[in-house]
Amino acid sequence: MPGAPFAIEGAMTPLRVNGEHVELDVEPRRTLLDALRADLGLTGAKKACDMGNCGACTVLLDGEAVYSCLVLAVDCVARAVTTIEGLGEGGKLHRLQEAFIAADAFQCGFCTPGQLMALAALFERVARPSDAQIMRALSGNLCRCGAYQHILRAARMARDR
Amino acid sequence: MITRLEGADKVTGRARYAADVRLPGLLHAHIVRSPYPHARIRHIDASRAERLPGVHAVLSSANSPSIPWHDASSLFDRTVRYIGDEVAAVAADSDELAADAARLIDVQYEALAFDLVGEAREPKAEARGDVARGLREADVVLEATYRTQTALHNALEPHGCTALWHGDQLTVYESTQGIFAVRDEVAEKLGLAAQNVRIITEHMGGGFGAKQIAWKHTVIAALLAQRTGRPVQLALDRASENLAAGNRNATEQRLRLGAKRDGTLSAIDARIRVEAGAYSVGGEDSDVIGTYLTLYRCANVRAEQRSLRTNAGPAVAFRAPGYAEGNFALESAIDELAARLGIDALELRLRNYATRDQREDKPYTAPESLRRCITRVAAACEWRHQRPGLGFAAHDWAAGGGWPPAEAEVEFAHGAARVIVGVQDVGTGSRTALAQLAAAELGIGVERVQVELGDTQPGLYGPTSAGSATLATLGPVVQEAARLAKKSGHARAQRGENPKGKSIRTCGAQAVELAVDRDTGEVTVKRVIAAHDCGRIVNPLLQSSQVIGGITQALGYALSEKRIVDARLGDVLNANLEEYKLPTVADIPEIVNASESMPDAEANATGVKGCGEPPIIPTAAAIANAIYSATGVRIRELPITREKLIR
Ligand code: FES
Ligand code: FES
Repeated sequence: MPGAPFAIEGAMTPLRVNGEHVELDVEPRRTLLDALRADLGLTGAKKACDMGNCGACTVLLDGEAVYSCLVLAVDCVARAVTTIEGLGEGGKLHRLQEAFIAADAFQCGFCTPGQLMALAALFERVARPSDAQIMRALSGNLCRCGAYQHILRAARMARDR
Repeated sequence: MITRLEGADKVTGRARYAADVRLPGLLHAHIVRSPYPHARIRHIDASRAERLPGVHAVLSSANSPSIPWHDASSLFDRTVRYIGDEVAAVAADSDELAADAARLIDVQYEALAFDLVGEAREPKAEARGDVARGLREADVVLEATYRTQTALHNALEPHGCTALWHGDQLTVYESTQGIFAVRDEVAEKLGLAAQNVRIITEHMGGGFGAKQIAWKHTVIAALLAQRTGRPVQLALDRASENLAAGNRNATEQRLRLGAKRDGTLSAIDARIRVEAGAYSVGGEDSDVIGTYLTLYRCANVRAEQRSLRTNAGPAVAFRAPGYAEGNFALESAIDELAARLGIDALELRLRNYATRDQREDKPYTAPESLRRCITRVAAACEWRHQRPGLGFAAHDWAAGGGWPPAEAEVEFAHGAARVIVGVQDVGTGSRTALAQLAAAELGIGVERVQVELGDTQPGLYGPTSAGSATLATLGPVVQEAARLAKKSGHARAQRGENPKGKSIRTCGAQAVELAVDRDTGEVTVKRVIAAHDCGRIVNPLLQSSQVIGGITQALGYALSEKRIVDARLGDVLNANLEEYKLPTVADIPEIVNASESMPDAEANATGVKGCGEPPIIPTAAAIANAIYSATGVRIRELPITREKLIR
């Protein structure tokens, strides 16, 4: 990460989460996922594998979808973190969130924040993504309930709206 | 279109799961698990872990009560029987510290001989008629052996809970399919009165059967919370989830089917072995013989299953336990038989499907619903005999009709209602469907109904979410309570009995269209068409979610999922989500839900039956049959991998 400021052990870690500035006292080994969930109480991102295999912990880091279980919190200094809690604007749901409800793109809902953030990163970059782009954006997110067909439908609904 | 009541909570991250509970002073716990498939514990030294700053308690057989557990074992048994068996537990300030401390606990084991094959135990067997005669009188006899693998549930949310005490009152936020089952078991293990234990499940991240029983982690978290005087959160990591939180038992099914020239089945003989793992944890009772006894009309049937005790993780119910396994073998065999007889595979099924429950000797409440499902699927896929790459399977499922006991309470005032029930919504949409039934009865919009569930505190008993039974169990109760509350403003109702002289079941059919790459063995499933009888469909959108979800899971079961155990070490080699191959978004075909609403008026007053389990049942056989139709190669073992196809 060229040019990123160094986090010094024992020092506070400044983060920008959902547009707000926060200072965290975290061990260097703490993942961004644990920092969000345990230190900031932002429990929307889920811990399902903690090793980069499922996507349930997906958040945006400077607009890119990342597995937050594979990123250290101290490496996020001066970078913008967006979690599911920060997805809508002004108390309104994001069009992807609305489409997920309309298409019933979830069952248990445990993978849902991750699926939404993976798509949000794509929709941020491409206003009208192709089916292939949607598929690619979702390819790192497992859904054990098997809601994929409805997730794809929701993504297309949000795109075509 | 009515969408899920909790939809907004689930898309915003507001929906709170067991490990999302945040409380002041919360400690995090880790479990130390056996690295040996079979061993005696000689000595445990936890002093280094206990000295680590930030560690608040360590529990093991050295310092905790000997609570009796499954079979003749105990909570922290001195003998461990599989890799992953619980040995000790730690509570610390953070997750990382708890993991550090767990590594510092020094356990000395004496390794014992282990067995991954297992001795067959006493069979569970049922028979009718004379199988030997049925086989003698058959014109064609099919003899074949089918095998299914050990599959892992891998709900995305691992098992876990948050436990806290107020005096002698224990509250547990638990990821469970059965708040009352957990309450009663935890109370019993801890010697508490049931009313001193409160279990809360606001939302849960999938269970598929593996969360229908109470597991050790809940009692461990409660004990750690008691010892430290602080709330304790214990979520299994993914490896533990794969080792020690249940699995779908592997099977070997040796079959003989006899038929007359005209296709009449004259004998069914099934001898089945089931790998049960190290313990009988309860809820693992996989009824593999069930479908052999009921799906087809046959006078001469013998079906027996023996379970094998092995030094591997214990089996537990997995969506349609027994039936997903049994159906793969039976419906593959029926296809093979049809080919031998020269009869259309679908026609053979239509000639033989049963209209009465031969196990209970009672007629079904909806005897012709299987025919309707079969013909709907046939029409939707334009069924043609021997069209390459097209395969078919039918199924039945012993449950889905619900049963007593269950209670519900409804309050109705100013055109709005509050429904209180003691079930949990495991992601199937129970909240929404129950609200719809109440709203319809009260003549108000569904948005005027608030459903409170997932809490044992109100004391309204609700069943475990299993057997596709939740809606059929509670729907009629909620409807009745709403009817009464409409007059009085407030009412309770109890689940009545099911009709005496009839049997309620669910059933369905699926067709699969696929292509096989002859060079690589790659199977591309293009389309799955499904029709399932779930009685009246209350919410078509949510019902279709169950159908696509069950089929998607079944694709993994058929083609890619398998727990791999090292035969020399007894270790699970793919206890993670990378090497245990779940279906991804790129693996799914078009799924066509051709189910129609078929209210079953005789089943209960709502006409509703369940749909949670059925969609996973026939897919694997339909895939195997489609592969045969595409290639002429019959694969009798799951999962159907490329290597099996190329060989
Ligand atoms: S929890 Fe991060 S990828 Fe699974
Ligand atoms: S909705 Fe349950 S894992 Fe995706």
